[in-house]
Amino acid sequence: MSDNVVNSVSKTLDKLYGEPLKQLETLIGATGLPVYKDPKSGALLWVDVRELRLRFTLSVNKIAKFVDGLREGKLLYTVCKRCGAKYFPPQADCPRCKASDMEWRETSPVGELITWTVINVKPASFSHHADYVVGIVKMPDGFNITAWVEADPKTLKPGMKMRLLVDRRPGENYITYWFKPA
Amino acid sequence: MRKVAVVGVGTSKFGNRTDVSLPELAWESVKEALDDARLGTEDIEAFVVGNVGGWSSEMLPAVVVGEYCGLVPKSGVRVEAACATGSAAVRTAYHMIASGEADIVMAIGVEKMNESPTPTVVEFIGRAGNYFWEFENFGLTFPGYYALYATAYMHRYGATEEDLCKVAVKNHYYGSLNPKAQFQKAITVEECLNSRYVAWPLKLYDSSPITDGSSAVILASEEAAKKITDTPVWIKAIGYANGTANLSKRLDFIGLEAAQIAAQMAYKKAGIDPQEPVKYLDVAEVHDCFTIAEIMAYEDLGFAKRGEGYKLVREGQTYIGGLIPVNVDGGLKAKGHPIGATGVSMIAELTRQLRQQVEKSRQAPIRKGMALAHNIGGTGHYAFVTILSLS
Ligand SMILES: [Zn+2]
Repeated sequence: MSDNVVNSVSKTLDKLYGEPLKQLETLIGATGLPVYKDPKSGALLWVDVRELRLRFTLSVNKIAKFVDGLREGKLLYTVCKRCGAKYFPPQADCPRCKASDMEWRETSPVGELITWTVINVKPASFSHHADYVVGIVKMPDGFNITAWVEADPKTLKPGMKMRLLVDRRPGENYITYWFKPA
Repeated sequence: MRKVAVVGVGTSKFGNRTDVSLPELAWESVKEALDDARLGTEDIEAFVVGNVGGWSSEMLPAVVVGEYCGLVPKSGVRVEAACATGSAAVRTAYHMIASGEADIVMAIGVEKMNESPTPTVVEFIGRAGNYFWEFENFGLTFPGYYALYATAYMHRYGATEEDLCKVAVKNHYYGSLNPKAQFQKAITVEECLNSRYVAWPLKLYDSSPITDGSSAVILASEEAAKKITDTPVWIKAIGYANGTANLSKRLDFIGLEAAQIAAQMAYKKAGIDPQEPVKYLDVAEVHDCFTIAEIMAYEDLGFAKRGEGYKLVREGQTYIGGLIPVNVDGGLKAKGHPIGATGVSMIAELTRQLRQQVEKSRQAPIRKGMALAHNIGGTGHYAFVTILSLS
């Protein structure tokens, strides 16, 4: 099986949470209770035996054109047909004039880097990645875009030109977007 | 609107509190606040619980805390405003009294973050933005959001990682003097500079810890307050505002617009000249979830000009004896940051400061009788600025 986002995340979570789960099984087998003494504080702890798994399903129904765009290698934003307001992330509704009639446009190919960080301590569901750079890029279309930046962070400077890419993310194999120095 | 006073305050020991459950932790500060006001649970007409949760087991923390602390069937409700949840609880309690609905209300902030392993907590806080556009695809973390501000601020104004570390050194110093702080050890600039990066350019020692803790304050109407205490501390003003969920929609990354608006609102209500707020204030608590946040707070509050906040800490102006003492309880950085309790604990601390009841080594001189709390939710997603006064 090739690496994709689902098995990469599952494998990492197994690594993070699998070992404590085995210890819990052993503990219950030996003592009849999921209870142990915290080695640091000496406090008595009950380990929850009812694991809760969370995986949400989000509606992208009203921004289906955005999803179509990704499939075609394009990043789309919306423009309100009535008042001209521009939205990225794309919105289906315009709170400025209360209209819901949107035109879909493709974002410009190049923007300017405003700021960035390197995520060294990662969330559980991203810990299969090496440290990654997240930046905010100012687009000539009149909005900013947050995305990963594929570059050595030491070479980055505010104002640097950044090219937008829409493609399958290496190692995760689903289509998303990121920047690269132009 | 009626006048509202703080008449009782309590704060638990902050830290990794494996020794207590969530309601037991809440009770520690509830009991201290009741004792401080010499009241019983029967005197509390309503209560507001600030808790963010997710990382802890209780889905309905307000009812669990209400049951354990003997507050049932008084009207109780839970509020949430990310890391400013505590201030939202105080604000809700304040409005219940100011409006005339109740005379004595308790605001309780409580958080048990250590019920989940650290990677889960990192994941939960990282999701605290605009989920799909910041986390799902880009895995931002809470330090990461503030790091985006740190990078932009440092490039624009020439502040260095050493400047940021000076905030940590100050707050750890005061934490070492506060028996309730999570960290009670002073640190050096070198130790901070040598700590590992969590979200470049922010390091471990630039960051507040994962904390369990609780804090409670009892608020009362003027009439009730005068019967309860000789030293009421008045809530002069609460300013509050929101920022966009998605950081990419912010104007710049050198300050928090929500905090600037909240400060202007509070200064106006309290009669403080926004050009020179330090002339009116004896001491301040500001939201230093990361060192960069404290520096931006100096500027957003008008303690320093835009781009000069880091010079205040460089010159030691926010120690006791300087221009204005800030976070002399250790701040979020060293006292700890139990998300829902933080804002309440700021009000508890400032009340004790104004009453001159804290440990002598960290007591700010009280001459003007006014203090300020600045509590931010998320990365400028929520902002509360509260002004307390002896008169
Ligand atoms: Zn419109």
